[in-house]
Amino acid sequence: MTVATEPLLDFDEALERYDPVMGLEVHVELGTATKMFCSCPTVFGAEPNTQICPTCLGLPGSLPAVNGTAVEWAIRIGLALNCEIAPWCRFARKNYFYPDMPKNFQTSQYDEPISFNGHLDLEVEGQPFRIEIERAHMEEDTGKSTHVGGATGRIHGADYSLVDYNRAGIPLIEIVTKPIEVPGHLAPAVARAYVAELRDLIRALGVSEARMERGQMRCDVNLSLKPKGATKFGTRSETKNVNSLRSVERAARFEIQRHAAVLASGGTIVQETRHFHENNGTTTSGRRKEEAEDYRYFPEPDLVPIAPAKEWVEELRKTLPEPPGVRRARLAADWGISDFDMQSVVNAGALDLIVETIGAGATADQARKWWTGELARTANEQGVELADLPITPAQVARIVALITAGELTDKLARQVVEGVLAGEGDPDTVVAQRGLKVVSDDTALLAAIDDAIAANA
Amino acid sequence: MTDLTRRTAADLAAAIASGEVSALEVAQAHLDRIAKVDDKVHAFLHVDTEGALAAARAVDEKRARGEKLGPLAGVPLALKDVFTTHGIPTTCGSKILEGWLPPYDATVTRRLREADVVILGKTNMDEFAMGSSTENSAYGPSHNPWDLDRIPGGSGGGSSASLAAFEAPLAIGTDTGGSIRQPASVTGTVGVKPTYGGVSRYGLVAFSSSLDQGGPGARTVLDAALLHEVIGGYDPLDSTSINAPVPQVVEAAKLGATQGVGGVRIGVVKQFDGEGYAPGVIQRFRESVDLLRELGAEIVEINAPSFDYALPAYYLIAPSECSSNLARFDAMRYGLRVGDDGTHSAEEVTALTREAGFGAEVKRRIMLGTYALSSGYYDAYYGQAQKVRTLIIRDFEKAFGKADVLVSPTTPTTAFKIGERADDPMAMYLADLCTIPTNLAGNAGMSVPCGLAPEDGLPVGFQILAPALKDDRLYRVGAALEAALLDKWGHPILEEVPAL
Amino acid sequence: MPSITREEVAHLARLSRLDLSDAELDHFAGQLDQIVGAVARVGELPTADVPPTSHAQPLTNVFRADVVRPAGTPILDRAEVLAQAPAAEDDRFRVPRILGEE
Ligand SMILES: [Mg+2]
Ligand SMILES: [Zn+2]
Repeated sequence: MTVATEPLLDFDEALERYDPVMGLEVHVELGTATKMFCSCPTVFGAEPNTQICPTCLGLPGSLPAVNGTAVEWAIRIGLALNCEIAPWCRFARKNYFYPDMPKNFQTSQYDEPISFNGHLDLEVEGQPFRIEIERAHMEEDTGKSTHVGGATGRIHGADYSLVDYNRAGIPLIEIVTKPIEVPGHLAPAVARAYVAELRDLIRALGVSEARMERGQMRCDVNLSLKPKGATKFGTRSETKNVNSLRSVERAARFEIQRHAAVLASGGTIVQETRHFHENNGTTTSGRRKEEAEDYRYFPEPDLVPIAPAKEWVEELRKTLPEPPGVRRARLAADWGISDFDMQSVVNAGALDLIVETIGAGATADQARKWWTGELARTANEQGVELADLPITPAQVARIVALITAGELTDKLARQVVEGVLAGEGDPDTVVAQRGLKVVSDDTALLAAIDDAIAANA
Repeated sequence: MTDLTRRTAADLAAAIASGEVSALEVAQAHLDRIAKVDDKVHAFLHVDTEGALAAARAVDEKRARGEKLGPLAGVPLALKDVFTTHGIPTTCGSKILEGWLPPYDATVTRRLREADVVILGKTNMDEFAMGSSTENSAYGPSHNPWDLDRIPGGSGGGSSASLAAFEAPLAIGTDTGGSIRQPASVTGTVGVKPTYGGVSRYGLVAFSSSLDQGGPGARTVLDAALLHEVIGGYDPLDSTSINAPVPQVVEAAKLGATQGVGGVRIGVVKQFDGEGYAPGVIQRFRESVDLLRELGAEIVEINAPSFDYALPAYYLIAPSECSSNLARFDAMRYGLRVGDDGTHSAEEVTALTREAGFGAEVKRRIMLGTYALSSGYYDAYYGQAQKVRTLIIRDFEKAFGKADVLVSPTTPTTAFKIGERADDPMAMYLADLCTIPTNLAGNAGMSVPCGLAPEDGLPVGFQILAPALKDDRLYRVGAALEAALLDKWGHPILEEVPAL
Repeated sequence: MPSITREEVAHLARLSRLDLSDAELDHFAGQLDQIVGAVARVGELPTADVPPTSHAQPLTNVFRADVVRPAGTPILDRAEVLAQAPAAEDDRFRVPRILGEE
């Protein structure tokens, strides 16, 4: 596939002439033990087609049965997003054909979502923003296709595809914003901040790990431009499956520049889906929506309506965690750090790790120093999430304790960290095996020097 | 020993339990009968000789070990080919599923196995249960044992024909708009559509999810009741399944046969009469109403004006649901695949396969349903049909305020000739005129034979309808009528079926 | 009431993935037109204040516990399932190349 490079207008110039309007649709995979409509497990990375049953494989005769926990979590997400919870709602079938969707309809919700009319507050560059939520509804995920043949392993030019249905039927919550109209130069950052805030909220609720790199949280960025001062929205593009925070920001920025170039040259935007490319930050045309899709939604006849009792909803409201923004402000005050420093902590994905490290006995300063310094650097170099480094908050706390006790210098402590990360064991084991204790009498020092000489001989 | 294939299920179960005959002998007798007559009747799409004999042997072994046997242990049964059977072909009468061996059992199948019922094989049907004659089967029509040139009803014509041809004493069907009752009516057998949710739909290949209901077929009301109790009851795998005990239908059938219908209020539905109804059908129906009156029933007239709109509402709702339900037949995971020669995309292969694998009626209904659900048409068609459904439910509620059960002819005419309505869908649809309202309302219904029409000597069915969850009333009234007619005739009606 | 044209049938066939022949398009256009004309009768009843019924059954809140494969759940054998597929490779279902995107 050849990708024609589309003309772009300079970002600032684009925003002098146009105002962007964004809509963000985020799909979150719930971390329930079983799927939305069947009792198959949902373990990530399982052998292909081992987490399937007649229902999620869409076999003739199979029927869905709703996961009550998924409904409960959907309500909690709705409440956390300040939504109204529908006193009565239904599932609906969204009908379209696609090989990775076993029934060729998605069991979703249409005009009766479980929660609607909410908002999420954020702060970008010190400015507060309220993102209005249109709806958060329940649906199911599709299977996964691997494209075989062709040059790129991509869908275009492939000879055939192989489908694994393990993911088919995993519960999804689709969260849709109302149109977001913010100062244009901040739009990409607001999009990113919204997704980040949503991710933190989802994690705080404990309903999903929301790891974007695993596809547990996926974002569609809908964007249109209108001439400065105009009220009528322009035609939008829908950039699908943007799967990192950075990409959300880049996709929004790219689309602003692309739309502006088309409009400035007198062209018109066609309504279409776009694909985002992580490697170069561009989007390319997907499917045109010239023949308006007709999904023929109708109420799912295999399922009965959901009518959450008021009392149940109020019980669930009591289980909501402290909102991430409030928690951050509280922690920043506790730790005596600025909002800016707190932002770096959050961006590094270090917040919960620091909290746990403090819980294991370290001071706030020390915990923050290690996680946002040495460890963040290592994670970055290795291209992994901070939380995925093979070192625990308890281990970091122990290292800090050794430093405080004067048994390690910072320099030696870095070697201990290195040892732990290399799988050499607990900090104390690494200290012992590498002989890293601060030496306090000459005998030991001399012995160490002798050892070193012997080792290098 | 009398011919084992002529005996009732209740009788066979007792004979097996007492040791009078072995389950193996019973199974073999029916397999022999199938081998002898099914060339002519074509009730079966697949005969599972080995499975049936193995199941029968297992029953005999159980008995030899002194284990308690269930009420239908060892009794042979014909299963409509719309229920999945693990490792045994399930085609739904369609080319698109030719050769498919389901990897799981339907709940009905599982319950039959657990009750030691001997499944003889899978019966013919209109493709995906869409039809009233079995002429829409991709594997050729079934024939009515009363007259082989005529249809045995549909969609479950294979099941009804197997009963009337003495190939099986029990059969399972599914009733979406009458597909158990109408075939029962035209073959002189008993067929019951239980209350929606009374029998699990898990493993029943869906035609129209909100209407489909599996149910029993038999040659007597008591046999149908025994089977009803085996297959009925709550199933957590079916979210629309009723979480309540199965109505006491066996008890009710026994009560009706011995104590009649004294004090029962029977409503005659005004709308099911007049133009389009064969004179012989009306005659036998009225005689039966008179007989019930003589047995002590109170007869009241019921006016249900919305029933006149049940047929059009049904032909919007059922196709709409079917257009979605049948989307899964896409050549990707199971069943037929056509055109996968490396030049066609998945999308094209799906369209080629569905074109080759579906018959005309299925295509018609898929497109009709697609139309009815399309934006711009939804409100006028699907949406409006769902409102009519509300009105039909209200008319039923009113009627059941005045009567304990409602009655009508099951179908307006006796069995028509094969080919007679083949390419006239509208004429074909009329066969379900009287049965459809029940499906839309989710109530229970039964057809019992009430005689032969004088003009053609073919069976006429008497339909009984009861409110949801009151299936026992069907059996009470059905058994009373059956007993009174048996008295009158001196023999079961099926003894008049010509020799095959 | 709208009559069903040949073009409309072609559109319905596309939506429902049926590769109809020209002869079928003609045939079904006539039949569907007749059927739609007949079922349009549902519009004759006054239903302004009548709510629609999608299910005759008055059930709500039927939920399953979030428990992996409780007793009574059909368990599939992967090899058996893949053996029933038109094509399989690498423990996956093999399907022709996919054109569209969703
Ligand atoms: Mg969605
Ligand atoms: Zn499953």
